[in-house]
Amino acid sequence: MQCQICNKKAATIHLTEITEGVRTEMHICELCAQEQGVAAKSQISVNELLSSLLAVQPTDDELFGPSEQQTPCPQCGFTLDQFRKEGVLGCPYDYDVFEKSLLPLIEKAHDGKTSHCGKVPSKTPERTKHQIERSKLRRQLEAAVQNEDYELAAELRDKMNQLNGPSPPGTQ
Amino acid sequence: MDPAPQGRSRYVIYTHISYDKILNMKLTDISNDINEWFSGSGPLADIVVSSRIRLARNLADHKFLSHCSTAEKSDILENLKAILMSLDLGDEIFYFSVDKASTLKRNFLVERHLISRHHASGQGPRGVVIARREFFTAMINEEDHLRIQVLKPGCQLSQCAKQINHIDDMIEQKVDYAFSCRYGYLTACPTNLGTGIRVSVMLHLPALKMTGQIEKFFNAARDMSLAVRGLFGEGTEAASDLYQISNQVTLGISESDIVSQFENTIIPEIIEYEKSARNQLLANQVDTLDDKISRAMALLQNAHLISSQEALFLLSHLRLGINMHEHMGASTPAIERLCALSNAETNVDKRRVLSITTINRLFMLTLPAHLQLNHGKPLDSGRRDALRAKIIRSALGQDTQQRS
Repeated sequence: MQCQICNKKAATIHLTEITEGVRTEMHICELCAQEQGVAAKSQISVNELLSSLLAVQPTDDELFGPSEQQTPCPQCGFTLDQFRKEGVLGCPYDYDVFEKSLLPLIEKAHDGKTSHCGKVPSKTPERTKHQIERSKLRRQLEAAVQNEDYELAAELRDKMNQLNGPSPPGTQ
Repeated sequence: MDPAPQGRSRYVIYTHISYDKILNMKLTDISNDINEWFSGSGPLADIVVSSRIRLARNLADHKFLSHCSTAEKSDILENLKAILMSLDLGDEIFYFSVDKASTLKRNFLVERHLISRHHASGQGPRGVVIARREFFTAMINEEDHLRIQVLKPGCQLSQCAKQINHIDDMIEQKVDYAFSCRYGYLTACPTNLGTGIRVSVMLHLPALKMTGQIEKFFNAARDMSLAVRGLFGEGTEAASDLYQISNQVTLGISESDIVSQFENTIIPEIIEYEKSARNQLLANQVDTLDDKISRAMALLQNAHLISSQEALFLLSHLRLGINMHEHMGASTPAIERLCALSNAETNVDKRRVLSITTINRLFMLTLPAHLQLNHGKPLDSGRRDALRAKIIRSALGQDTQQRS
């Protein structure tokens, strides 16, 4: 395939753009890409693609509430120092109280994953179930982008848009 | 034994007796035989010995156990015990107080996989609810308030998943679990967060070991982010060739996806490795295979002192021989001698004695706590080795006698 700009060299960079559901493709050579200001990476980072896809989506902080300061848990008096020594937490609220410190650890323990996907107690309020559904779509979107399945990614983005706005944070 | 009433009523009758007394009576009721999940039956049982799924759950509005006072632990224990004892599981249910049990009885429960080592050595009010056929156990006040598990023989993870999900639903009707929309089921340790599920299978992989390819299994397990443990924890896998593999990731993946990964990818791959190693033994290393089986038979039929580790090691080779005969039609000189023991019995009373069930029974009943509980009193290591050798000699020697 020849470069669509210079029509001379072989196209080694393939760009796919989806705007308002319309897919456009561009195939260019490395030199023209540099001239056009397109970074000549072996592949565009997943983060870049995600950030553009997720630009209109609420962030996790907006969805689940900002992290608390690293103070002792008001419920059980537990501190992070104790966690470092004992390896177990003091009460369910610690996950909210120490969110910022725990998150990297949770991410490491669970293969980079940070939100629940699976069984939900039947007593859970509809609003909470909705939030979980939104998180699930977000994960599917990430997977679709990683697999370069951009049609599916656009579809998932539209589904996320259809869902209601962010719900207030908090656990059951 | 008393004509005990069935199910719930049995529990009610014994509530006036000390729990330790119930424990003593019930443990000797079950200690003379193997449990259902270790019977050697079930799909793919020549390699997948058993399947297990456990769920970790905590009560909402309670601290995690490390921060609970003794009184709070007692409250949680009584609350969950009452709920679990009222469940309809289609089997008799028993409650054992772990904190009031002797060390021997706790070790027995660990050997039988009814409680974890952590639960046995824990502190404060804690207990376990057990279905008589031992397919279900619920540890109360282990690391989490509640850890329920379902065990089945052979490769039956989907069935385990279905059953434990149903039991979890029944419990959930009566309690509020600690659950967050972001993190799912909240557990004391963040490593169990999310689904709180631990899916595991116990695999018998003697041929991979004999052919020096066990690293292949470890590498595959590592690549698939699985944890590998021995039958009774670290260090015991070398003796018994039994390995437990389990998932480590519990967050961001659904229960059904984890189970299907095991059933569709992980288990078939490992079975293929072991089968190919068994074929390799038959095709190119018959002397190695026959030497292991023959030595195991000779030692088990003649030894007067045998340690638990040695018994596990030797019985593993007999299990391999019987399984290769039954599932692959293998027929080597040593395997034929091994099967002659069983066939002799078949002719006598139409019943195989040296079956996988017999091997597993010897395997379990000669473990230290089983030996002592069935003997009726504690025994030192030397006496245990003598008793163990006697039981095994008698089981295999009887076969020889009847054959002649």
